[in-house]
Amino acid sequence: MYRETTIVADENQNLAAKEAGDFIINVGPQHPATHGVLHLVITLNGETIKKVEPHLGFIHRSIEKMCESLTYRQFIYVTSRMDYLSSHINNHACALCVEKGMQVEIPGRAKVIRILMDELTRIASHELWLGAMAMDLGAFTPFFHTFRERELINDIMEETCGARLTMNYIVPGGVMQDIHPNFQKKVKDFVKQFTSKIGEMDEIVTGNTIFQNRMKGVGILSKEDAVSFGCTGPAARGSGVSCDTRKIFPYEGYEKLQFDEILENGCDSFARYMIRIREMQQSIRIIEQLIDNIPEGDFQAKTKAVIKLPKGEFYQRVETARGQFGVFIVSEGGTTPYRIKFRSPGFSNLSALDHMARGSKLGDLVAMMGTLDLVIPDIDR
Amino acid sequence: MSKGLPLWGRFGGGFMFLINYIKTVFSTVKSMLVGMRRTGYYFTHHKEIITEEYPDNRETMHLPERFKGEVVMPHDEKNEHRCTGCTACELACPNGTIKVVTKFDITPEGKKKKAIDKLVYHLELCTMCNLCIVACPSDAIKMAQTFEHSVFDRSQLTKVLNNPGSKIMDGVE
Ligand code: SF4
Ligand code: SF4
Repeated sequence: MYRETTIVADENQNLAAKEAGDFIINVGPQHPATHGVLHLVITLNGETIKKVEPHLGFIHRSIEKMCESLTYRQFIYVTSRMDYLSSHINNHACALCVEKGMQVEIPGRAKVIRILMDELTRIASHELWLGAMAMDLGAFTPFFHTFRERELINDIMEETCGARLTMNYIVPGGVMQDIHPNFQKKVKDFVKQFTSKIGEMDEIVTGNTIFQNRMKGVGILSKEDAVSFGCTGPAARGSGVSCDTRKIFPYEGYEKLQFDEILENGCDSFARYMIRIREMQQSIRIIEQLIDNIPEGDFQAKTKAVIKLPKGEFYQRVETARGQFGVFIVSEGGTTPYRIKFRSPGFSNLSALDHMARGSKLGDLVAMMGTLDLVIPDIDR
Repeated sequence: MSKGLPLWGRFGGGFMFLINYIKTVFSTVKSMLVGMRRTGYYFTHHKEIITEEYPDNRETMHLPERFKGEVVMPHDEKNEHRCTGCTACELACPNGTIKVVTKFDITPEGKKKKAIDKLVYHLELCTMCNLCIVACPSDAIKMAQTFEHSVFDRSQLTKVLNNPGSKIMDGVE
């Protein structure tokens, strides 16, 4: 049963539910449009949204606590299960954080492989988002078009990392295995196919008037609000907030690469949509720069079998497909972390949903949630 | 349209509204036709469809050799494996999937030698993280490319990796 909670500090906003004629509905936890076990309690006046309350905890696995009993090599595999669409990038953040503590220099080849994998993951994640969001709005065909491209990335991952979703490929010191001999050829094939087929999406989705009418002017999130809710990633860049971690806190050699931070000033769902489409093209640009320039050498630095971090605190942030992901490790000098904290982008982005949705129609809520690109295991951890 | 407006204003506004309405209808239909043309293209070009029909393609399906499906221990034709019972895999595993049960063999010289009795593997717990394979110093275990793991009872998922009666290969320390 739903009990009213007092999350919002302003009393009047919570009292809004008590007015006569108001109607409370539950969306989720088992609802196809939430793409996971997210429970939204929505207060409606007619069809107008008065309040959206996300209720979390349905897929809480206490990953942070679990990590305290795992060694620095072992805890990385769990982070693939958080934001399962950016699993490489989550692994990357953890590996970088542990390397910061160990003070090892990783070989150039490993660095380039890591960036390539990150960018491929980002494209795969945005492709899935694009298909799923078009499906939320009632268009089923784009889903298959985007999955066709995503399948190629999955095949590349399967060949090199041995898994399609939860790779555990990036380890402290480098990467687990060297790239497969076919890797470069396959990535080039993918780039060719992607660049020739991305125009199809404009025909089917972006140019469609119905689609534009459902996206433009819907889910307004102003620049100030995006900052104050702590939004990151495409959700914030759609409001003109410059927050690409690859640009402002470069890691792993991103500072040497040519790519643009994509910003849009529309502040609406359509701006967030366009950000992701254009970001995929930037990722392609990064891949094109690196794919022929993978340095020779080791793919892993020599590290001890049992990793011990010195006493202290280590923090590393990276840019996942959804925004800024941070890993904070407190070490007491042993083989397991004393405390680990993950800063997940989805959690902060979700907190802006209530603000965006107030005053709009129930049918638009799905479009707003779609453009926030929520991955529920990432929010709950 | 407010009541205060003169008649021509009301009429003019209505006229513009009508024009815009018709324009929107036409542009919407046009944009939909553009999308439909792409769908129609794929409808008539069967060669570009890449869908594979599982499980009908079981025979022809090829999984890459690195695919992580299940941990196995390869044995050679003399029923010998390479596992020394060092328990490195057990220590590397994050979730207690592997349990190494050791025993002591008496070598021909009369010395005691550690060897494995059983290497118990719980497939239901395994996350296919590859850490045990990397940790094994003598390459005794590897990943197999199987993936259809569903069984009727979870006790069937607990496996013993070394064959009954198997021995350690000569020369593996
Ligand atoms: S693959 Fe990972 S989870 Fe499975 S047995 Fe090996 S170490 Fe354990
Ligand atoms: S499988 Fe490898 S790591 Fe595990 S006990 Fe045998 S030799 Fe040691």
